[in-house]
Amino acid sequence: MEFKKYSKTLFFGATLAILAGCGGNAATQDQEEGAAGTDTEVQPVITSDGSSSDSAITGEQMGQDVENLEEKAEEVVAAMPEIETIYFDFDTSSIRADSREVLDMHVAYLRVNSDAKVVLEGHADERGTREYNMALGLRRANAVKSYFQVQGVNSDQLEVVSYGEEKAAVMGHNNAAWSKNRRVEIQY
Amino acid sequence: MCVRNWLKAAAFSLLCFVQQAVADLTIEITQGNDRATPVAVVPFAWLGQSGLSEDIARIVSDDLERSGLIRPLSRTEMLSLPSQKSEIFFRDWSLLKQDYLLVGQIRPSASPGVLTIQYELYDVVRQTRVLGEVISGKPSELRSRAHYISDQVFEHLTGIKGAFSTRLAYITVKKDAASQSKYELKVSDADGRRERTILTTYKPILSPAWSPDAQHLAYVSFETGRPGIFLQNVYTGKRRQLTAFRGLNGAPAWSPDGKKLAVVLSKDGNPEIYEVDLTSYKVKRLTQHYAIETEPEWSPDGKHILFTSSRSGGPQIYQLNLISGETERLTFEGSYNARARYSPDGTEIYFVHRSNGIFHIAAQELANNRLRILTQTPLDESPSVSPNGSMLIYATQEGSRGYLGAVSVNGQIRYSLPSQLADVREPAWSPFLTN
Repeated sequence: MEFKKYSKTLFFGATLAILAGCGGNAATQDQEEGAAGTDTEVQPVITSDGSSSDSAITGEQMGQDVENLEEKAEEVVAAMPEIETIYFDFDTSSIRADSREVLDMHVAYLRVNSDAKVVLEGHADERGTREYNMALGLRRANAVKSYFQVQGVNSDQLEVVSYGEEKAAVMGHNNAAWSKNRRVEIQY
Repeated sequence: MCVRNWLKAAAFSLLCFVQQAVADLTIEITQGNDRATPVAVVPFAWLGQSGLSEDIARIVSDDLERSGLIRPLSRTEMLSLPSQKSEIFFRDWSLLKQDYLLVGQIRPSASPGVLTIQYELYDVVRQTRVLGEVISGKPSELRSRAHYISDQVFEHLTGIKGAFSTRLAYITVKKDAASQSKYELKVSDADGRRERTILTTYKPILSPAWSPDAQHLAYVSFETGRPGIFLQNVYTGKRRQLTAFRGLNGAPAWSPDGKKLAVVLSKDGNPEIYEVDLTSYKVKRLTQHYAIETEPEWSPDGKHILFTSSRSGGPQIYQLNLISGETERLTFEGSYNARARYSPDGTEIYFVHRSNGIFHIAAQELANNRLRILTQTPLDESPSVSPNGSMLIYATQEGSRGYLGAVSVNGQIRYSLPSQLADVREPAWSPFLTN
């Protein structure tokens, strides 16, 4: 189920790349470069995403439904994505399945607007120690960076910073606040 | 005569206290020790003309009370106020069940602007003087002299070196008029008084760490928009930025000889522990793992580094042997153990431990790995050990307000240092002062 949805978005992303004038295999190539540039064990999410995309993108699929995608692509490229924050579970930097749609919109935008730059700002909730949370925020931001790179965004467009638990989005000492504070903000 | 003078002095010092208490941390003792030694600290006689700015006996009495090991007698219960041996009626103090009696006098000395302070500690049962000294100081140094007397009395009575003449560093955060968060790095006496701000910025500051000579602080500041490790002389205010690598620049920890810092950098992609030589500025990587590695702490003998690693899944405490290069996991109880500090003798570690979803400060003996939980409030963090190894100061929260708590390493004595004006966090207890 999740896999199917994700394949669709990836396919969409790859198609956008073609529309933007990149090579047909750009996504796959970048993916390989991204994997080589980072320790594969560091970002297990990205590694598994990579293998699923290999099977998802085929020439046959790309041939399908191009017109429909072209329309969608124009819509996406025209506007900077509205949602700029994705959320994480406690003490993990794994990208949640429900974040991928948002991330893919940014991928699409960044690939088309190759002069656009983003700062990926990683954050943690207040629980636990400050320096550990600083490291956790960095890992979350790095996870998004790797995801973007794997999807073909140029690393020159990406900068990573962690604020740990120092800049809470929502005040409060409860699950509702904590879940909103464990996040990466994608700032243009 | 002497009582009247004292009352005058007390009234004057009360005024000063009121003025200062607004800005400083104030101490509330939340849990004492029933077996504490009873000691009467009698107000010192002032044999000079104009008022004194400080009530030395009050400072000493508060210091000793905070230790939990000594229970000072309330002034209202005192039957007389002697200031030297000829004025002492030992029977008065035995009736009040006091084991010891501290008396003293302050008078102007021959040199202008310098005061002579005499203090004497008497054993009430044996009716003998067990400690006494004549010291001098300027009026502005009376608080320091009082903490010095506390140190001497405490060491005599408990056998533990007093740590009342030490300092605290901590960070306060408050919203200014424009609702912007203002971060300040502050230094105060160990009792929270004589607070001084050494850095103000509108970006986060964290992880202050004292140099072994208690002259400098290393800390992390985001003032450039990115984290950097800074070094600052606490007395001159002179500061410089030490690191500005891409990514993390965090968790500075001084080597015991003060020549190196252990830090966390992510310049090679992942948070790892590095060593920075403060003379050559060479950077050497100490850990290599795809997990989070952070929060280094040098062992007192300089041969080990404690750190937090998520290599087992969640954060746990590990110890790196700098000679053999071997790493050993130290904590196994619970799924979250982080930011450890050694006791000054290196036999124990103190760290943040999660138990039933609540974050406490815990202690663990290294010989037998026995863990004991020391604090009772949720969201406790940043333990820092007093240089004599008897107390821990840590950050905690009540409502949305952060404040500092202190607990003895045996968990029996507690006090808190709330600030009336700001969130207080990230305490660091200084080493013994050498000057």
